[in-house]
Amino acid sequence: MAELVVFYCFAAILVFAAFRVITVRNPVHAALFLVLAFFSSACVWILLEAEFLAIVLVLVYVGAVMVLFLFVVMMLDINLAPLREGFTRYLGLGAAVAVLIVAQLLLVLGSDRFGLERVGAPVRRAADYSNTEELGVLLYTVYAYPFEIAAVVLLVAIIAAISLTMRRRPGIKAQNPAEQVAVRRSDRVRLVKMRSESRR
Amino acid sequence: MLSLPHFLGLGAILFCLSVAGIFLNRKNVIILLMAIELLLLSVNMNFIAFSHFHGDLAGQIFVFFILTVAAAEAAIGLAILVVLFRSRQTINVDDLNTMKG
Repeated sequence: MAELVVFYCFAAILVFAAFRVITVRNPVHAALFLVLAFFSSACVWILLEAEFLAIVLVLVYVGAVMVLFLFVVMMLDINLAPLREGFTRYLGLGAAVAVLIVAQLLLVLGSDRFGLERVGAPVRRAADYSNTEELGVLLYTVYAYPFEIAAVVLLVAIIAAISLTMRRRPGIKAQNPAEQVAVRRSDRVRLVKMRSESRR
Repeated sequence: MLSLPHFLGLGAILFCLSVAGIFLNRKNVIILLMAIELLLLSVNMNFIAFSHFHGDLAGQIFVFFILTVAAAEAAIGLAILVVLFRSRQTINVDDLNTMKG
């Protein structure tokens, strides 16, 4: 019973945060509400005994991806007014489509095809059960090849992001190490022979 | 007692909210990217719920890979956004009609 209360609390926070993400005016506020959404869904995942993924969601998403979002939002000097045009124009259509989809999905879910009597109650794990260990065992044996592909995807993302955002400005004063190394003494130093002058 | 429809329903509501967000914020690329993140989150919720109730860890492995790809997608999307803003001084989708015939 306590589980149910906790679930409804976090679900309510999650839905509220998601709603604010899509309706709020300021992108910074939207990013912060998205952080709240990620955080409360991590809590829901802990209820589902997926501790490793919950922690990963907080560390990677809240810690890295959302900070990246906030950086970009604050770096770009955005004029918000033209971006909000058409918000009310598509409000009706968007709300109608969303309500329709959610009604369909809830109808499917409500047909007790997924109820406890069909699916069965989940197995309660012992206190010393480690979700991280089990995932690790699976990941490095059965899913070792997809795991390496995921690593390559991340590498491609790094290279793409860096090469996209790197810019070469003309007229910039930078050192050219190759030229510096190749320089000869004769290029820099000129010895001048002259007679010493007589004292006045 | 918590059952599968609770979590699937939560995922469905999240999914529809983010679809509505894509409709509403058609001009703002940043909010569009955030809505896509939310969409992937709702899908992950379903995966984890099924994984828990069927006692099969494969669902959680899949969520792991979805998180990886989503992080890569967000990084590249934001990089494109930065380049776009640098050359155009705008992120309004309506202004990006250079390739329109």
